[in-house]
Amino acid sequence: MSGTYLGMPAFPKAAREAVHDQTLRGNLRHATRTIRDKRARAVAELEDWPALRAAGRAVKDRTLRHLDRYLVQLEEAVTAAGGIVHWAADADEANRIVTHLVKATGESEVVKVKSMATQEIGLNEALEAEGIRAYETDLAELIVQLGEDRPSHILVPAIHRNRGEIRDIFARTMGEWGRPAPDGLTDSPAELAEAARLHLREKFLRAKVGISGANFMVAETGTLVVVESEGNGRMCLTLPETLISVVGIEKVVPTWQDLEVFLQLLPRSSTAERMNPYTSTWTGTTDGDGPQTFHLVLLDNGRTDTLADEVGRQALRCIRCSACLNVCPVYERAGGHAYGSVYPGPIGAILSPQLRGTQTEIDASLPYASSLCGACYEVCPVAIDIPEVLVHLRERVVEGGEVTRRGVRVTLKPAKGHAAERAAMRAARWTLDHPGALRAGQRLAARTRRVHPQRLPGPGRAWSDTRALPEVPEESFRHWWQRTRGGAR
Amino acid sequence: MNSRERVLARVRRALADVPREERPRDFPVPRDYLRRHGDGERSAARTAALLAGNLADYRAVVHRTSTAGLPGLLARLLAEHGSRSVVLPPGLPPEWLAAADVTVVRDRETVTPAELDAVDTVVTGCAVAIAETGTLVLDGGPDQGRRRITLVPDHHLCVVRVPGQVVDSVPQALERLDPARPLTWISGPSATSDIELDRVEGVHGPRTLEVILVED
Repeated sequence: MSGTYLGMPAFPKAAREAVHDQTLRGNLRHATRTIRDKRARAVAELEDWPALRAAGRAVKDRTLRHLDRYLVQLEEAVTAAGGIVHWAADADEANRIVTHLVKATGESEVVKVKSMATQEIGLNEALEAEGIRAYETDLAELIVQLGEDRPSHILVPAIHRNRGEIRDIFARTMGEWGRPAPDGLTDSPAELAEAARLHLREKFLRAKVGISGANFMVAETGTLVVVESEGNGRMCLTLPETLISVVGIEKVVPTWQDLEVFLQLLPRSSTAERMNPYTSTWTGTTDGDGPQTFHLVLLDNGRTDTLADEVGRQALRCIRCSACLNVCPVYERAGGHAYGSVYPGPIGAILSPQLRGTQTEIDASLPYASSLCGACYEVCPVAIDIPEVLVHLRERVVEGGEVTRRGVRVTLKPAKGHAAERAAMRAARWTLDHPGALRAGQRLAARTRRVHPQRLPGPGRAWSDTRALPEVPEESFRHWWQRTRGGAR
Repeated sequence: MNSRERVLARVRRALADVPREERPRDFPVPRDYLRRHGDGERSAARTAALLAGNLADYRAVVHRTSTAGLPGLLARLLAEHGSRSVVLPPGLPPEWLAAADVTVVRDRETVTPAELDAVDTVVTGCAVAIAETGTLVLDGGPDQGRRRITLVPDHHLCVVRVPGQVVDSVPQALERLDPARPLTWISGPSATSDIELDRVEGVHGPRTLEVILVED
């Protein structure tokens, strides 16, 4: 994934810093609570929500089980409709393809629709290195770009910023990128939106190349779908002469009819609306309307590795609604940056370590960035059992084992950091296998209970930082049973 | 091996657990969700009322008239908005604007984005309107035109024929639409939820959306 995140500290360290940031916690609490209640109301309007959710899950599973066939079908349909399809095995290859395509147009700037895939591959940085300037046009992405910040939420990358901070960023930086913010800009959301409208309009009107992702790709028709709110997406998809869409291979759905499921699930789960303001669909190119050249770059970048894991592959059902972030007690307190990836929150905790592998400190720590409360699974519109995958990935980190990396089966060694945990488990296994030792140990523990420390020494200390140790009873259950026959004597 | 072959080979290896003989339709997709929501059959009048209510809920301004009343209503709305120029798709019935005192720009391929930006209003028809979600769908038909003309001007007047163009639900709308055409689904004026996850109307698309329901 993007180099932006190299060298990120493990989740617990990053989160510890974040939870002490009072402004950040206030901003996140306000935003996530607002959207949580609204989502619940929007979902409650549809009496068949569980049936839609089951259908969404099944459509995605069917697609994933036959992904090769649907990708080939999609390629044929897009090509027949006048599009050009490219395949990218990893981020570098996708960046090379897009850079080459932009250069071939002779342009040195592009306008971009918000896209997780291009964030993931670090496209803006790759273009910048080749002298091409990419303008983000989604309001939240603009805030992140102008503030030289990192995104912290899938849907609203600037969720960690409140209106006052946004005002300051606009007033300070818009002039460096183009039209400056109006004088006397206040922090009213309507005025901030107006400032973005004025700032970006000149860029839209002169743009020759647009870059997008897609929410869905329909295999049978070759249709791409972009779901958005502001109209920046429509600008990028219709005004430029050339459109380049970078889309993960898991975004394909088999049929046009399947959209009837996802166009009901997605808006209500993400922005809590019956329908988002704008949805665009296009199939190849259309004479006289919109871009006359259309490139589709199909991106792997760890998706096939994820697909190879029978438990973990359900993460590829994700439609990037971000409902799981908004309900997560860990996300609400730690914020998105602590996850060290463009995919934060519960879905990020299972997606990033699968797309990138669990070799780095941050990726090995992500499966633990959860209390396993299950709220994420409950709200997920495609029923991804996130707690199940978290536990599965924890096992992989601790025990090691067979995984697929860049298409090759490799055997991971158990992670070093978990040696004490493994030793404790081995000791427990031995003790439980030896009743005499267990009995002696329990007696000793009961007799010394007055002098037991409140916190564990050595490697156990971090664990007992935030947990109370269980109190040892005066007498073990086994001893009590032997003495009284279950209270009979 | 090129990247296409490489990615497809990786996919096939990753799916080693899927039985070779399994076809996509062997993996069941339950489609017992509803084709439309709400109790019983809705009358055409109630469906139109639901559409009007949901459009208004997302800050579209809704008007109702008859075919005979349409030119007068359009003239009044354009005057009230202070519009001096209006862009029209090539196939929009000319009599709709017969009573309006505006400069008419007929859209052609040569009309540039900058020229569209200088126009006050766009008037179009639509392909389908969805009552349950308050959504208008444009498919580039003769009375709707290129996608950009309903995007760049700041004021959009959209005419919906009731009940002919109104459906209840998203599934019903998709059945009527042709995926080969470029579609734009519009639910209220341009908006954003990007500041503190609260909805604010008015970003890049038309900030004023007025919908005229025409019933005879």
